[in-house]
Amino acid sequence: MELQTMIWLVVGASFALYFGIAIWSRAGSTSEFYVAGKGVHPVANGMATAADWMSAASFISMAGLIAFLGYSGSVYLMGWTGGYVLLALLLAPYLRKFGKFTVPDFIADRFYSETARIVAVISLLVISLTYIVGQMTGVAVAFSRFLELDLLWGMVVGMAVVFSYTVLGGMKGITYTQIAQYVVLIFAYTVPAIFISFQLTGWVIPQIGLGSTVTDGSGTYMLEKLNQVVTDIGFAEYTTNAAFSTLNMFLLTMALMIGTAGLPHVIVRFFTVPRVRDARKSAGWALIFIALLYTTAPAVGAMAMYNLVKTVHTGDTIGAETTLAYEDRPEWMRTWEGTGLLTFTDKNEDGLIQFYNDGNKAFATMAEEQYGWKGNELNVNRDIMVLANPEIANLPNWVIALVAAGGIAAALSTAAGLLLVISSSVSHDLLKGVFMKGISEKNELMAGRIAMTGAILLAGYLGLNPPGFAAEVVALAFGLAASSLFPVLMMGIFYKKMNKQGAIAGMLAGLLSTVLYIFIYKGFFFIPGTNLFADTAEFWLFGISPQGFGTIGAVINVAVALVVCRMTAPPPAEIQELVESVRVPR
Amino acid sequence: MQMTEKAAAYWKANVRLLTICLVIWFVVSFGLGIFLAQPLNNFSLGGYPLGFWFAQQGSIYTFIALIFFYVYKMNQIDREFDVHEE
Repeated sequence: MELQTMIWLVVGASFALYFGIAIWSRAGSTSEFYVAGKGVHPVANGMATAADWMSAASFISMAGLIAFLGYSGSVYLMGWTGGYVLLALLLAPYLRKFGKFTVPDFIADRFYSETARIVAVISLLVISLTYIVGQMTGVAVAFSRFLELDLLWGMVVGMAVVFSYTVLGGMKGITYTQIAQYVVLIFAYTVPAIFISFQLTGWVIPQIGLGSTVTDGSGTYMLEKLNQVVTDIGFAEYTTNAAFSTLNMFLLTMALMIGTAGLPHVIVRFFTVPRVRDARKSAGWALIFIALLYTTAPAVGAMAMYNLVKTVHTGDTIGAETTLAYEDRPEWMRTWEGTGLLTFTDKNEDGLIQFYNDGNKAFATMAEEQYGWKGNELNVNRDIMVLANPEIANLPNWVIALVAAGGIAAALSTAAGLLLVISSSVSHDLLKGVFMKGISEKNELMAGRIAMTGAILLAGYLGLNPPGFAAEVVALAFGLAASSLFPVLMMGIFYKKMNKQGAIAGMLAGLLSTVLYIFIYKGFFFIPGTNLFADTAEFWLFGISPQGFGTIGAVINVAVALVVCRMTAPPPAEIQELVESVRVPR
Repeated sequence: MQMTEKAAAYWKANVRLLTICLVIWFVVSFGLGIFLAQPLNNFSLGGYPLGFWFAQQGSIYTFIALIFFYVYKMNQIDREFDVHEE
C-alpha cells in the first residue's frame, strides 16, 4: 500500500479509538474531572502516567540526543527515570493520603496560607505552560510532516482532538485515553528498534543487541565497532563522557530527577488511585512502562548513529571509494532534505558526502591534508533520528506509519495531562480556593472546562508562534520544579515543624535564584542579547551550567526555609497533627 | 500517649527503610553510573563497558527493583503496626 494512505489509515484509526474512549468516559463530577473519581487501578494508572510523562521529547528527541552525545546522554536516561524513586518513596503515598485534588491544595493546607497557595499556583502555571508549548509544536510538526497538512491545519486538527477528550472527559477521559496512547507509542517505538537490532546484531531484544556482536562475522562488539566508526571521523569515543564535566553531569542528572518528582502533572496522577499502597505501587508500574522505552532508547540512538555513519562512509577505511556520492543518496535523505532538517553542502566540490566532526581541530587539519576535506558537509537535525530510523533501515511502510502515530500519541498524551493541571489550578485553586470560595460544584466543573478550552487555545497559539526558545524553556521548567515545588512538598511531609514563613521564603528563594541564574546566561525572558555573560563554561559560576542549576536552587530553597523557620513561630498544633495523619496510611 | 509512641515507631521504621533505599539509589546511579564510570569501563558486561551499562541500563533496572522492594517492605511494616488499609 502507498505510504501516505497507510499513514492516514493508522493515525486515523488511533484517533477513532481516542474519540470512542472520550465518549465512553465522560466526567460528571469534579472528583471525576480532577482525579478520575480516585478509582483507577494502579497498573492502569502506571500506564497512563507513563504516557503522560513520555512526551514528544522522550519519543522523538531523546534517542537523537543520545546518538550524538553517546555516554553523556545518560543524564537524560537516569534523570528522567530516577525521579520516580523519589516520587514513590518521598511524595506519592503521603500526598495521596492527604486526599485532595491538586498540588497547591496540599501546600495551602499544610502551610495554612493562601499566599503559599498563590506562590505554588504561579510556579505550577509557569512550569506547565512552558512545557505544553513544546508539545503543541510537536503535534503540529508531526501532523504537517506525516499528514501533509500545513502547520496551521496540523495544529487545528491536533487541538480539536485534544479538546474532544480532555474537556469532555477530564481526568477520567484523559486517563483511559492515555492507556490507549501508551500502547500505541510503545509499540511504535519498539517495533523498529527490534527490526534494526535484528538486522545489525541478530538479537531481537535491542537491550541485548546493543551489548552483543555485530553480524558481519568479525566478532566485534556493537559498541566497540561504534567507537571505532565514530572516532574514525573525528568524534569522541561513544562510550566515554565528552560533553559535560563530572560536576555538571551530576548536577544536571540530579536537577532532572528532582524536577521530575516536582512536576505537578506527574504528581497529580497519584491522586487518582484508590489507596495509599496503590500510590506507591503505581509509581513502580509507571517506571516499568517508562523503562520499556528508556532502556530501548540507548540501542535506538547507538544503532541509528551507526547506520547513519555507515550510509555515508560505507567501508572499514575512510577514502573516496568508500564515501557515498551525493548522486547515489538513498530515498530517505531526499525526503528529509525536503523538510530542511537534513542539509548537504559540497564544500570541496567532489560530489561525495563527507560527514565528520570538523569541530575537532586536530582531526580537521589531518583530514584536509590527507583526504582533501574542506569541512563537514552533512548536517543532520537530531530530532529526525527516531522518525527517519525506519526509513534508514529500509523497514516496511506500516512501521513508518506506526512511528507517525506513536509520535503523535506521545505529544497528545502529555499535552492532555498538562492541560488538566492548568485548568484545575485555575478553577480549583484560584477560583474556588481564593476568589470565589462559595462556588457550586457544577459551576466549578464549568469553570474547569472553560479554563481548559482557554489553555488549549493559548497553547495552540504559542505552538504556532513559538517564542523560539523551546529547548531553553524546558530547562527552565525542570529547574523551577526542582527548585520550588519539590523541596517544599518534601519538607511539608518530613519536617513537622516547617512553618508557612519558611515555606514561602524557601519557594521564592529557590524560584528566583534559579530564574535569575538561567536569565543571566540565556538572556532576560530569553530575549537574545540581554544575557550578562556568554553561556559557556568559563563564565559559569563555579562551572555550573544553567541547566543543572535547579539542584543548587533546591539546596537554596531548603537552606532559606530552615533559617526562616527557626526565626519565626512554629506551625499551630492542628497542622502538626495533619502531618502526623498524612504519614500513616490508615 | 501509647498511640503517638506507636506512630513515632512506625515513622522511624519507614524513615530507616527510606534511607537504605535512597543510599542504594544514589550509589548505583551517581556512584557507579557517573563518578566511577571511567574506572568501571575497564570491565565489561557482554559488549557493554560496565560504567556505560550502569549509566544507560543498570541504573534504570535498579530504580524499578528499588520501588518494588520499598512497596513490599512497606506493606509489611504497615501490617506490623496495624496501619494497613484493608
